[in-house]
Amino acid sequence: MRFVLSAVLLCLLAFPALAVQPDEILKDPALEARAREVGKDLRCLVCQNQSIDDSDADLARDLRVLVRERIVAGDSNQEVIDYVVSRYGDFVLLNPPFKLKTYALWLGPLVIILFGIFAIFMFFRRRGDVVAEGGAAMPARDGLSDAEKKKLAKLMNGDGQ
Amino acid sequence: MIAELGHFALILALMVALTQGVIPLVGAQRNHAPWMQYANQSAILQFVLVAISFACLTHAYVTSDFSLVNVVQNSHSTKPMLYKVSGVWGNHEGSMLLWVLILAVFGAAVAMFGRYLPPALKARALAVQALIAVGFYLFILLTSNPFQRMFPPAQDGQDLNPLLQDPGLAFHPPMLYLGYVGFSMAFSFAIAALIEGRVDAAWARWVRPWTLAAWCFLTGGIALGSWWAYYELGWGGFWFWDPVENASFMPWLIGTALLHSCVVVEKRDTMKAWTVFLAIVAFSFSLLGTFLVRSGVLTSVHAFATDPERGVFILVLLLIVIGGSLTLYAWRAPQLKSTGVFQPISREGALLLNNLLMGTAAGVVLLGTLYPLFIDAVSGGQDKISVGPPFFNAVFIPLMTPMVAAMAVGPLLAWKRGDLARALKTLWLAMALALVFGIATWSLQSGQSPWGIVGVAIGSWLAIGTLIELADRVRLFRIPLRDSLRRLAKLPRANWGMTLAHFGLALAVFGITGAGAWKVERVQSMRPGETVNVSGYDFRFDGASEKEGPNYLITEGRFTVTKDGKLIAELAPEKRIYTVRQMPTTEAGIHTLLSGDLYAVIGDSNADGSFVTRIYFNPLVVWMWIGALTMVAGGALSLSDRRFRIGAPKRSAMPAGAQPAE
Amino acid sequence: MKRLFYILPLVGFLVIGAYLGVGLTLDPHKLPNMLEGQPVPAFDLPGLEGRDGKGFSNADLLGDVSLVNVFGSWCVACRVEHPFLMKIKENGWVPIHGIDWREPDRNAGPVWLRRHGDPYTLIGDDPRSIAAIAFGVTGAPETFVVDKQGIVRYKHVGPITEQVWAETLKPLIDHLREQG
Repeated sequence: MRFVLSAVLLCLLAFPALAVQPDEILKDPALEARAREVGKDLRCLVCQNQSIDDSDADLARDLRVLVRERIVAGDSNQEVIDYVVSRYGDFVLLNPPFKLKTYALWLGPLVIILFGIFAIFMFFRRRGDVVAEGGAAMPARDGLSDAEKKKLAKLMNGDGQ
Repeated sequence: MIAELGHFALILALMVALTQGVIPLVGAQRNHAPWMQYANQSAILQFVLVAISFACLTHAYVTSDFSLVNVVQNSHSTKPMLYKVSGVWGNHEGSMLLWVLILAVFGAAVAMFGRYLPPALKARALAVQALIAVGFYLFILLTSNPFQRMFPPAQDGQDLNPLLQDPGLAFHPPMLYLGYVGFSMAFSFAIAALIEGRVDAAWARWVRPWTLAAWCFLTGGIALGSWWAYYELGWGGFWFWDPVENASFMPWLIGTALLHSCVVVEKRDTMKAWTVFLAIVAFSFSLLGTFLVRSGVLTSVHAFATDPERGVFILVLLLIVIGGSLTLYAWRAPQLKSTGVFQPISREGALLLNNLLMGTAAGVVLLGTLYPLFIDAVSGGQDKISVGPPFFNAVFIPLMTPMVAAMAVGPLLAWKRGDLARALKTLWLAMALALVFGIATWSLQSGQSPWGIVGVAIGSWLAIGTLIELADRVRLFRIPLRDSLRRLAKLPRANWGMTLAHFGLALAVFGITGAGAWKVERVQSMRPGETVNVSGYDFRFDGASEKEGPNYLITEGRFTVTKDGKLIAELAPEKRIYTVRQMPTTEAGIHTLLSGDLYAVIGDSNADGSFVTRIYFNPLVVWMWIGALTMVAGGALSLSDRRFRIGAPKRSAMPAGAQPAE
Repeated sequence: MKRLFYILPLVGFLVIGAYLGVGLTLDPHKLPNMLEGQPVPAFDLPGLEGRDGKGFSNADLLGDVSLVNVFGSWCVACRVEHPFLMKIKENGWVPIHGIDWREPDRNAGPVWLRRHGDPYTLIGDDPRSIAAIAFGVTGAPETFVVDKQGIVRYKHVGPITEQVWAETLKPLIDHLREQG
């Protein structure tokens, strides 16, 4: 399966995941910090779920170098990211963008928890109704067979007063 | 010969499971005692057969039988014995055999130790367990047979992936499987209850020990995996939100919710349908995880070699098991009537909050894990996106923070109607100390990380709050000390279990905060004799040497770590090359202090004789592992509570409210 | 209303199940071609040893339909497709240009080409992935179909086989040539 397999194996090799080499590190610590920030969000394309900073693959290294070159040349963090995205698509972003197609992703958690809160609210509402109407009388108990229910009804209505 | 025996035993197990899946169900329906009893015998027989099968495969590995394809693909004659054994489950086919073994273990355990379970429930649960097993036996026998021979036999094997030749990782899969396959038992009980049409306090009591056992193992298994990643991957990372990590985490989240929900059913006879649902979902997530790992649908570091045929088979299995159970649920659950009522502010309310947040967390993790697949499918294979740690951290942390905060308050609330004001007043010390520590962190920390402050504050809140709850329970300082101590000694183990588990989580929170927020890293090229200072510690590089291991070559670096001239540690990180597969690995040199880990890694050598070195100070990491162990200990302690082992008294004699306060 | 609640999980699961089923037919590794319909990115690569110093740049891609093939001596699948590339060259069906990607040293590429044959009209040496990244390449071999105006029309990932040529590449190339 061509290069991918060997690259995947390479990434599985558990080289130090913060794979930035000393000769890549920029002299200016502020710029290097920016490069790290950008690197953290860019996915190593030939690996499984690692950022380019964490991967020892050759392509990851080249991307790290590219990121640093662009930062030194004056690009902003977003411009560097945009360039890489223009080459590889949104797949390269570990932090998914907030676009139409990812609304469901980013808003999903909110929807889920709101739904949960709604369900709990309904739960309390219904509990209140049951208590209100049933009062202290025998609440419906599961497990009574039909025969038992008949017997109960007879006891309640028959021998009783 | 042995391999054929193993193969045959597996086929027999399938046959036994087939009968076990039918006869007890019919027996329970007709109230026919011998047929219900059959479940016990067949469960034990099934276990014996699968154990034989597993033993045969293990034998093949241990003797390096290279006429078996599976052994050839995953073993080598020079591999150390421990890894020959762990290689049995370090591959797809063998790990599936481990899967069904654990399924059988739990079935047999219920058969043997579930003396006080009502016969009908037990029979049905074991029948469901067997039916699940049937699916997986078929999967193994038809698509993933570990006993396949090859002719002529190979001279030697292809060796196990070097990453897996590690003590931590050797035990990680068995523990994980004992965990999330163990949830199958809760699932089976849930289905049995739905078939019967009733869920009551007794049911919750019976389900709890099995769920708790599974939860303990799963917690341990996940922690083991994280620990391995931490020391093996060479930079101190321990969680990556990889799809397969998520696949083990989602059952854990739901399993935790289930444990708490069971308590409500048991104590208060309410939230039944929800608890049964959680039991179904927990195992469903386990099955989903199995699918994700083995089908090739998602990219992941953990994924086994994939095969579309296998993917389809597991998907069909999923549809039958999960689809079937959810259909049964939709049909029968509305008939489960609850009687307990409670106010929103109460212990039940707090447990409900736990369920809400855990459930949402699981849902969110599922969303993030499957979203790339969703986009891929919707776009017809044209569009690909990634959902990585930035997303998961962004949504998970805001969910967990209120939950950890609520954990300190919940146990202090009474059942049915709790006094929040009183609870918070009791916790004033926790609040004060949390604030103090938070502010101290803010002023002390060098890397302005807001999450660091939150983590310390909330961890302190929970840790101290848990202790306060314990003190409150024994009425410390309100009654004579001697009486308090006596109360302490008499506390049910389940109480201790809860305290330990919650406290353990607080410790883990500290660990995660430290490792996440304040890690310090220095990368450079060093020559022998040079020193680098990291976080006040001086790391002196003493050079590197070449050595030989059993099946690998080593480049070993040596570091001497001192602080203010005093010797702290000597580290010996390694870079290994496994000769058979020509694969390198790194072993970090780590010295653990309570305040953090001194962590050194040796990299490539440069032309001028210097070596690339990476040196880290990872604060508070050890507290993650201590916290995880504490949680497991808490669970185990709860499990040993006599009330669970004796089992609930017969249903008819069960008095309603006369339980000791918990 | 209450009943509806209880059916939701099943419905939710079936939806997820459907997606999982579809997912089995997809390949999560196959990335989309970001360059489709876009002009070839700007690049200017030096040449390989023994090729009269001729390099390869995007300016060379105007005037005729051509293939740009990313390869390397380390790439096993490239060797698999190589005989077919030689066949294309011998028959003169379409010019193939090469990007020699990430060679460990300056000799590796030329040695490999001498051994297996040289189907390329122009070759650029790309040890640092400058052009590869510009093209959005993640592995080798990958081949781009570029039209007369220098617009990228198609990307093929993996080795080119007879089948790929007959079914996909040749018809496309013919079509692009007709377009003028």
